Amino acid sequence: MNTIAKWLGRGWLAGGYAFLYFPIAVLVAFSFNSERHGMEWRGFSLVWYGELLKDAELLAGFALSLKIAVAAASASVVLGALAAFVLDRYQRFRGRTLFAGMVNAPLVMPEVIIGVSLLLMLVSCQRLFGFPQRGSATIWLGHVLLGMAYACVVVQSRLRELNKSLEEAAMDLGCRPSQVFLLVVLPNISQALASAWLLTFTLSLDDVVLSAFLSGPGASTMPIIIFSRARLGLDPRVNAVAALTVAAVSLCVIGGSYLMARSGRRQGRE
Amino acid sequence: MNFLRRLHAAAASGRRTVIGIPYLWLLLTFLLPFLIVARISVSDSEGEDPLGSIVSYADGLLSLKIRLANYLFIFNDELYLYTYASSIKYALITTVLCLLAGYPFAYFIARARTAARPALLMLVMLPFWTSFLLRIYAWKGILDNQGIVNHLLLRLGWIDAPLPLMHTEFSLLIGMVYAYLPFMILPLYANLAKQDLRLIEAATDLGATPWQAFWRVTVPLSRSGIIAGAMLVFIPAIGEYVIPELLGGPRTLMIGHVLWDEFFTNNDWPMASAVTVVVVLLILVPMTMFNQYQAAQAQRSKA
Repeated sequence: MNTIAKWLGRGWLAGGYAFLYFPIAVLVAFSFNSERHGMEWRGFSLVWYGELLKDAELLAGFALSLKIAVAAASASVVLGALAAFVLDRYQRFRGRTLFAGMVNAPLVMPEVIIGVSLLLMLVSCQRLFGFPQRGSATIWLGHVLLGMAYACVVVQSRLRELNKSLEEAAMDLGCRPSQVFLLVVLPNISQALASAWLLTFTLSLDDVVLSAFLSGPGASTMPIIIFSRARLGLDPRVNAVAALTVAAVSLCVIGGSYLMARSGRRQGRE
Repeated sequence: MNFLRRLHAAAASGRRTVIGIPYLWLLLTFLLPFLIVARISVSDSEGEDPLGSIVSYADGLLSLKIRLANYLFIFNDELYLYTYASSIKYALITTVLCLLAGYPFAYFIARARTAARPALLMLVMLPFWTSFLLRIYAWKGILDNQGIVNHLLLRLGWIDAPLPLMHTEFSLLIGMVYAYLPFMILPLYANLAKQDLRLIEAATDLGATPWQAFWRVTVPLSRSGIIAGAMLVFIPAIGEYVIPELLGGPRTLMIGHVLWDEFFTNNDWPMASAVTVVVVLLILVPMTMFNQYQAAQAQRSKA
């Protein structure tokens, strides 16, 4: 590349990353601001972290979000891995096209559409059978539907690059299909399963639209609370939540890349 | 006994179980809700139970009752048409802006040093892991009348009164582009990184300038990446709810808001269903294109 292109490239990337990270930096910086109204810098303070600890509504919402996210991520990974396995191994069965379409659709389908149709099914169900009540279980249902699609993509891409001769060897040595899955396939996709779990966990923890459609009285997840406050105006406590999220994510990223580097090194040694 | 044997046979054919579990789950939580929505959309807005049967049999006459009134209403009402049009308009503008900003972004990452690429790509994906809601909220803090930009400009004395940046098309589009840019970059990168650079060399040897080589070799070859990126941005953008709600204003109405209102404020299930069905029909075309692209991609990676 000639020099102009090189500098254009550097400039574009710098500008692009600045655009992507500027809002996050703003949230973190202003979580330490002592001003209550608006975003003018008035000096360093930890007051909003203290306020956050006193905010019972938000803390309860966080606990509920965590519970739903753990349950949703676990179910999503199981279902998503099954779906990925089906799509990767069974090239022809009746209704495969429909199946593939249904797995992938939630990835692009606007969330309002998924939300409103699940909601209408649930309220119809409730009218006919008196059950289920809207609440954390119905939020979980929506999150699993969405999470499954993401988990499936992650696991599918790992399955695709898996060396099939390993499985054939296991079969030749007398393994039953279930043993092949447990002893050969599962250990090989464990990393993909872990990243799929983390991804669906974050998705669920973060989801507003599905949660808002599917929640019932008393089941307000953290994003629902934040969303309703954000609609009203600026709330410095939300900045503190954001800063803590960024801290948690950074820790995970650093920890994760450390673990990956270590296991990479170990594999290199063997 | 017979039942037990059959149960046993079913369990033995693990394949059927493996396919059956996710299949059944998707049928129940994905397809069934849509069928119910379609069903409710043709029932009466007032009176009559929206779940009542549409097929009835009386006096030896089988009758199928379908009310298209909700649909007629949508197509005759200016508000609905206007909202659909503006949803499509904002989704289109977002897609174009994402493409304009994202193509060079993806291109320069793909042409960076091999060692630097994973880190650069990681930096694009990292914001995904911090809350989408909080990142959109951040723009409110930046653009609000009480926000950073206005405070800064007032302090500098460049303006006397806060600029009305929030609740405008401008703030809406910034939020949309911000949220969807990575969805454009990732498929484009995947495509551009795979391109054979010898083709560029060949073009240059044949006398093309770098600019010509870019427009006549690189861009045409990246067509499938452009399509994938555009679909990944355009389809969800049509139904976006959170961003217009937080950053948009009364003049930037989008369909997600109308849907929400029909259900929660007006309590009109049939109307909400009809609005949903029309949105689904709207995105069905780009959706099929996307699915076909994915199938082609899977085929290619297998080959």
